[in-house]
Amino acid sequence: MTGADTAQVVLRLDRITKRFGALTANDAVSLDLRRGEVVALLGENGAGKTTLMNILFGQYTADEGQVMVMGRALPPGNPRAALEAGVGMVHQHFTLADNLTVLDNVTLGTEPLWRWRSDTAAARAKIAKLSADFHLAVDPDARVGSLTVGERQRVEILKALYREARILILDEPTAVLTPQETDDLFATLREAVAKGLSIVFISHKLHEVMDIAHRVVILHHGKVVAEMATTDTDRHALAAAMVGSEVSAPRVAPGTPGAPLLQLHAVTTPDQGSAPGLKSVTLSLRAGQITGLAGVSGNGQAALADLIAGLSVPASGRLDLGEADLAQWSPRAAVEHGIARIPEDRHKTGTIADFSLTENAILESYHKPPMSRAGWMNWPRAEAETQAIIKGYDIRCPGPDTRIRLLSGGNMQKLILGRVLEANPCIILANQPVRGLDIGAVNYVHEQLLKARDRGAAVLLISEDLDEIMALSDVIHVMSEGRLSPEFARGSMTPAELGVWMAGHGFDEGLAHAS
Amino acid sequence: MRLEPIANPSLARSTLPPVLAIVATVVVASLLAMLAGANPFAVLGLILKGAAGSQFAVLETLNRATPLIFTGLAVAVAFRARLWNIGAEAQLYAGALMTVVLGTGVLSWPAAALLPTLVLVSMLAGAVVLLIPALLKVRFGVDEVVTTLLFNFIFLLFISLLLEGPLKDPMGMGWPKSERLIAEARLPRIIEGLRLHWGFALALIAAGLVWLVERRTTLGYEMRAVGLNREAARFAGIPVNAVLIKTALLSGGLAALAGFSEVAGVKGSLTLDLSPGFGYTGIIVAMLALLNPLGVIAAALFVAGIFVGADSMSRAVGVPTYLADIMLATALLLMVLAILLTRFRVVRG
Amino acid sequence: MDIFDILLSASFWAAAIRIASPLIFATLGELICERAGVLNLGIEGIMVAGAFAGWMAVYSGLGLWPGVAVAMVVGMGFGAVHSLLTVPFGLSQHVVGLGVTLLATSSTYYAYRLALPEVTSPPKIMAFKPWEIPLLSDIPLIGPALFSQTPLTYLAFILVGVVSLVLYRTPLGLALRAAGENPAAVAAQGLSVTGLRMGAVIVGSGLMAVGGAFLTMSAFDSFFFEMVNGRGWICIALVVFGAWKPGKALLGAVLFAAFDALQIRVQQTPLGADIPYQIFLMTPYVLSILALIVMSRRAEVPAALMVAFNKGER
Repeated sequence: MTGADTAQVVLRLDRITKRFGALTANDAVSLDLRRGEVVALLGENGAGKTTLMNILFGQYTADEGQVMVMGRALPPGNPRAALEAGVGMVHQHFTLADNLTVLDNVTLGTEPLWRWRSDTAAARAKIAKLSADFHLAVDPDARVGSLTVGERQRVEILKALYREARILILDEPTAVLTPQETDDLFATLREAVAKGLSIVFISHKLHEVMDIAHRVVILHHGKVVAEMATTDTDRHALAAAMVGSEVSAPRVAPGTPGAPLLQLHAVTTPDQGSAPGLKSVTLSLRAGQITGLAGVSGNGQAALADLIAGLSVPASGRLDLGEADLAQWSPRAAVEHGIARIPEDRHKTGTIADFSLTENAILESYHKPPMSRAGWMNWPRAEAETQAIIKGYDIRCPGPDTRIRLLSGGNMQKLILGRVLEANPCIILANQPVRGLDIGAVNYVHEQLLKARDRGAAVLLISEDLDEIMALSDVIHVMSEGRLSPEFARGSMTPAELGVWMAGHGFDEGLAHAS
Repeated sequence: MRLEPIANPSLARSTLPPVLAIVATVVVASLLAMLAGANPFAVLGLILKGAAGSQFAVLETLNRATPLIFTGLAVAVAFRARLWNIGAEAQLYAGALMTVVLGTGVLSWPAAALLPTLVLVSMLAGAVVLLIPALLKVRFGVDEVVTTLLFNFIFLLFISLLLEGPLKDPMGMGWPKSERLIAEARLPRIIEGLRLHWGFALALIAAGLVWLVERRTTLGYEMRAVGLNREAARFAGIPVNAVLIKTALLSGGLAALAGFSEVAGVKGSLTLDLSPGFGYTGIIVAMLALLNPLGVIAAALFVAGIFVGADSMSRAVGVPTYLADIMLATALLLMVLAILLTRFRVVRG
Repeated sequence: MDIFDILLSASFWAAAIRIASPLIFATLGELICERAGVLNLGIEGIMVAGAFAGWMAVYSGLGLWPGVAVAMVVGMGFGAVHSLLTVPFGLSQHVVGLGVTLLATSSTYYAYRLALPEVTSPPKIMAFKPWEIPLLSDIPLIGPALFSQTPLTYLAFILVGVVSLVLYRTPLGLALRAAGENPAAVAAQGLSVTGLRMGAVIVGSGLMAVGGAFLTMSAFDSFFFEMVNGRGWICIALVVFGAWKPGKALLGAVLFAAFDALQIRVQQTPLGADIPYQIFLMTPYVLSILALIVMSRRAEVPAALMVAFNKGER
């Protein structure tokens, strides 16, 4: 590889500043990217990484500062100009149209709209060549809606390469991949670099950054706080620079397991489109224990969460809550049986954006005393309870009447926590509980889960973040295509070994649960 | 162009856009009046005079507002739960139908017993009419906008069929019209000698009750939750389908009261022209009221005033009465835009 | 005459194609809007406006085709109002659509009353005459049905092919379909979602207006109130019935029109004499509801239909 210091600067961000009302998302950020370089943009959630990349890609306009590509200033706020200048972006949330084929998605927008006919033959040939050159195997005529997450990401990358991107931006690309798929992705990226592309890689995963990047730029609260070559540093220094102080992960003492509180016996549920249902899953959640569920999203976690949350019933097999008879299973029944549910998406499922904090706090309890009596609401009582939650969980807000949409993600999550934990639940379903939160909120949520565990609750932690699972769980299962792996005790498996199960191979070797 | 939410809107920001919407509506009306060759100030003045310029005008406006309060409430209740009830017209006629079926002599009870019975039966009929599209939505996922709309056409033809057949008034000289209601089935005047019937009072009471339900009962809370975020409501345990059905029953019942009120309070019998589109106008009333039940009263008075005033103005200077409809459509479109602008600012890129 | 005689008569099928024509225009128009992600409930009012605008243009001295163009432009104008409120401002497509229907209908009636204040019976224009296509129109049954129609009908059928071609074979059509499925995908490829959606609504509204103009310039030759009579709403059901595909929508329109033509003729048969005419008039609306129930699986609904797109939403 040519010496990084002398290679040409292909991308320069010059004192980029972006404000959203009172919040300064990017504060005079400057960054250089040289040809053939992989620069990692590191920072916790809310540090301003995605905003910066959106400005680069033209989806936002910076308030101050300039973007220069290959020495020329990029017209701001214009994704088309960015694409034409050779900037390609692989978004964190894929920008693909499910009802169209791979070929359609890749060629979308690449031909002038006034063209009378699309040239599919040429497009096909070009995609075939790119697939071969960059190890991105994909069927051009497949409907994107039927592809796996890994395959969809390949389409996203193909989109950028098809448009002859010289600069590739990847936003948290490994969040949805198994360890093996991550290796494949890195192979693709190394191939790209060898062919002269330059890469900006956004991540919060320190070991990956050390693996793939030449240089790291660290953002904290919108400012660049450090910049270093990966050869000159290590993960601890990176973590410290990210948070601005020495990071100490909470010391997690092992739990003391008690009786099983919730059991699934060979439960099967039907598939929902491309989301697999449960395939004869047997699972036991014990009191005083955190059970971690690892796995790439879309492998049946939603089916499991829906089942335990009361949104679905087993098609075959049994859900066992230790009571004699489970007459009618529903979300309300789940709440009645002491299950606290923290949903995956606090905006879509966990809260009602235009309801006040009070109205959100009573979503699960409004129909019984003390919140209401014989159909008549007791608003003063509801407000008082909400005040208690606000104090108890340190929720930053103007008051219980505030519309919850005005709160930050972390404060919203705290309200959800408060709402479900106040009832002293014996089973907690925590589905991606810290997604999108800053490190302060992450630690808070983890603390609450550990406290609940120590009080005797059974916690099911579903997360895409293997680090989180491995740090907090007493026992770990892996989910792949609706199948559940055997239980692994804390500390007994390495990430790579878990990765084998995440990719589905552990099941094939006949080590799967007996049905 | 992008929309950015405003955390603490200033007083100007909260009041200016709606005011400008009204002003723009008046300007549009003036331009159209000039197009008709009339003096815009004269036209607007005559509308105001016709709406509230005399005791007769005021009573006329209140009378015209009565069915609009009912249909406005019906639509507001439904829209609040994101149930798009465009079929208030059919539900209105269902209420009118039951009023006539039972009130023309089948039941010869005293008024104190007959009137409440007619109210209940009317509401039931309206509820059933909306129940069908609601069930189709809940069971089969069929969009209720089109089904309720098509139902209007179907039901009106059904009424026409009945009025030319079994319900036909033998003394009606061949016109398709029902028999007249018996005296005990008529809504009395509120004040002797003034042309305002008890339907108006009933409408005000209905508005108050709907407000109470929305703000103070669990059902109201559920309706609002389901309307704002159906998925979150379902996750929390709210029985979404049951709530939608209850909303449909309530909404249909309210719209039917408009039919009851018009037959028992004004017309005394059922004809095909009972409603000049009260069901559709109710949508405008509900939207102008921002779906607030008490706001519906004000919006209904406003809309009724425009119609009554326009009628009177048209008789005086000949500008077509459709001016009123244009004004209301313009007001509606501008008002929804204005409401947005009180909460969001427009930002470049 | 009994049902079979009716079904085998050329005049029945000719009537069916004629009744289908305005539905084809309007359904195509709505289909284009919905494929791009916008529900256009202004369709009923836009058809009324188109019916009057086209007719009025001819009544005022313009030729027939210029009259059609006028109708189209009027429709596009209302489409511009609708799309401006629903796309960049993201207002409720239900409310704006109903508002546009009311605005279009009431401005039409107002204009009519201003233009023709003292008429008791609506005046007539010289409407489109049928163009018989030589040779083809002599084929028994199909000939009079398909090849002895007015030029606007031929245009409707041609348009089905054109819309299909554009939607499935051109970059523009691809962009439109993507906009209705995942607008973020469109924006990420450097295209303007706002431009695509507004364009689709404007063009679609133009087609709806031409559908309305068919009624006053081809099917009949004068304009009267209550002319459209719910056809717009029926077209919304036809879009669902056709699973948002132009070819299937055409089939749905023709099937529906056939039922409509049938019920008119059955009323004159001995069977029909015993049944009240209102039952017959109800059948189109009931059929539409049934069509909606049948197609309620809705697997092929454009995923982003009625979902407003906020650029770079945080």
